[in-house]
Amino acid sequence: MPLLDIKNLSVEFTTRAGTFRAVDGIDLTVDEGEVVGIVGESGSGKSVTSLAVMGLLGSNGRVVADRMMFAGRDLLTMPAAQRRKITGKDVAMVFQEPMTSLNPCFTVGFQIMETLRVHEGLSGKALRNRAIALLEQVGIPAPETRLSAFPHQLSGGMNQRVMIAIAIACNPRLLVADEPTTALDVTIQKQILDLLVQLQRERGMALILITHDMGVVAETAQRVVVMYAGQVAETRPVHSLFERPRHPYTGALLDALPERALGKRRLPTIPGMVPGIADRPAGCLFSPRCRFADVRCRAERPALFDVDDGRARCFYPLPDGHLAAGEAL
Amino acid sequence: MSTQTESNTDPHIFEAVAGQSVVLEARNLRKHYAVKRGAFKPMATVKALDGVSFRLQAGKTLAVVGESGCGKSTLARSVTMIEPPTSGELHYDGRDVVGRSAAEMKELRRTVQMVFQNPYGSLNPRKTVGSILTEPLVINTAMDKHERRERAVAMMGKVGLRPDQVDRYPHMFSGGQRQRIAIARALMLNPRVVVADEPVSALDVSIQAQVLNLMMDLQEELNLAYLFISHDLSVVRHIADSLMVMYLGKPVEHGAKDVVFTRPRHPYTRILLAATPRVNADLRADRVVPKGELPSPLNPPPGCAFHKRCPFATDRCAAEVPPLRTVDERLVACHYAEEMN
Repeated sequence: MPLLDIKNLSVEFTTRAGTFRAVDGIDLTVDEGEVVGIVGESGSGKSVTSLAVMGLLGSNGRVVADRMMFAGRDLLTMPAAQRRKITGKDVAMVFQEPMTSLNPCFTVGFQIMETLRVHEGLSGKALRNRAIALLEQVGIPAPETRLSAFPHQLSGGMNQRVMIAIAIACNPRLLVADEPTTALDVTIQKQILDLLVQLQRERGMALILITHDMGVVAETAQRVVVMYAGQVAETRPVHSLFERPRHPYTGALLDALPERALGKRRLPTIPGMVPGIADRPAGCLFSPRCRFADVRCRAERPALFDVDDGRARCFYPLPDGHLAAGEAL
Repeated sequence: MSTQTESNTDPHIFEAVAGQSVVLEARNLRKHYAVKRGAFKPMATVKALDGVSFRLQAGKTLAVVGESGCGKSTLARSVTMIEPPTSGELHYDGRDVVGRSAAEMKELRRTVQMVFQNPYGSLNPRKTVGSILTEPLVINTAMDKHERRERAVAMMGKVGLRPDQVDRYPHMFSGGQRQRIAIARALMLNPRVVVADEPVSALDVSIQAQVLNLMMDLQEELNLAYLFISHDLSVVRHIADSLMVMYLGKPVEHGAKDVVFTRPRHPYTRILLAATPRVNADLRADRVVPKGELPSPLNPPPGCAFHKRCPFATDRCAAEVPPLRTVDERLVACHYAEEMN
């Protein structure tokens, strides 16, 4: 049984312009100790998915799902008070911007100890020692003195380490990291990713890594979910996805990377943009931007079909994983 | 120190391309800021830019890379004449910037324009695209209203925006389109040099590719020189002709793109390259894991500024500042550049 098992999850927001479905029927499973990467462009629904899992959506977000189980417990029917006991303890989250997600009015030590007080009931010296041990574990030098530092006195990388320390404080079984390194320099990004993977291995923790950076996913995840306009476009093991993408969107995204265009002057691009609230097409959501779309794609929404070792939401999955070379747009 | 001065005055022998003139030359640019540390403490000096020299040719792109705090943005501010440098020389088309009158400066400023990182913050939300694009013309030219609008509409077509959207406001455009507006604004005065400070880092991959293509097309068409500031080495590798890696206000390696990318000689360059996440597993370099973080520019370490994070550092590195010197077709500031292979 997977640790996290989500079936047909949708999240709708009520706005003045109407109801917007940010997440549209996605399935997501994460096994114990697995690293799953969720990639997608802005507006693809990857962050909203993670917030729905955490139960952190605002009051205007409506979560509907056929099934949403964590470690055999139903998150949908669970009373709010019980859910809060899981959130932050068994399922923890690291947010994108360490500078804004820590509270500037409290010391780093207070914010770590708060989690431990609430979930583990620690106090006094034991509490302080655990906080110091955690800061040490995430690689913060001189942890005793850092406890009394405020977030503005630390660098972005150090603050992100503090965020990670808070997230792993109660030995979570699942850690959700939403763009944990986007605001950081590449050298610091490397350090933080190494730290996350090391913690994940040591503790056998499952990790959901949400990012827009294909390189980060390729180096860190075991299985990848590619999201487009609120849906899963393709889900595959990491190696085969990057070697042989089957969904035209995945293929086009990979081809647009400067890294893959060595020697070519022009980068292949994807025309148009992600459909918004008003212009969702009737057929496949990617069809207006897809080079291979035909009448059927424009009229009918494809389901997630089995391909190779995963699934892709396309009637005509790419045969060899590449948009015919030299034909780039 | 004589080697440093020498190489700083003529560092780009290997970049010269026949038929292309040097539009921008910086010699030993320095920008020091005095900062307060407390009411009764003496003022401290931050050397945000500490001796940077380069030449930029028409139609070419020089990329400047480094971590936050390395002086990239200060360099952009100096080059665009937003702030005068503390010392050093800046020449546009052979004309020295320092010591010009206000009127002459106004004239010179037209030759260099800037594109900023965040297209959500760099466009005035209360102005239409038309008035954003015509504003530089109002200030700098004697064109009448009709002429200005014509130019704006023409420029929109050039950067791939629909000219009939000239009366729309920035919020009605996507991030990629906004960056096109920002590029159009920078080009309104026909500059020779465009300074682009992380122009694609706020954009999604597919949009990033569109904007990079646009920038390269415009460069070819208008023979623009780009000073391209970025932290993304895969983008830099795609767009740049030459590369300058900066660390704590100083260049540590500077040379033609292929030379630096294929045979990096400075440990910091190697670490930056290794830290860049790669999609292609074959391209992933040997993992030189970076230690620690950028030191405070208020209190830089003695000797080589990088030695505390450098896996190859020796006692010599802690004591002696390595001069920028020519090794293997590029400039590099490391005592052991010859041995880095």
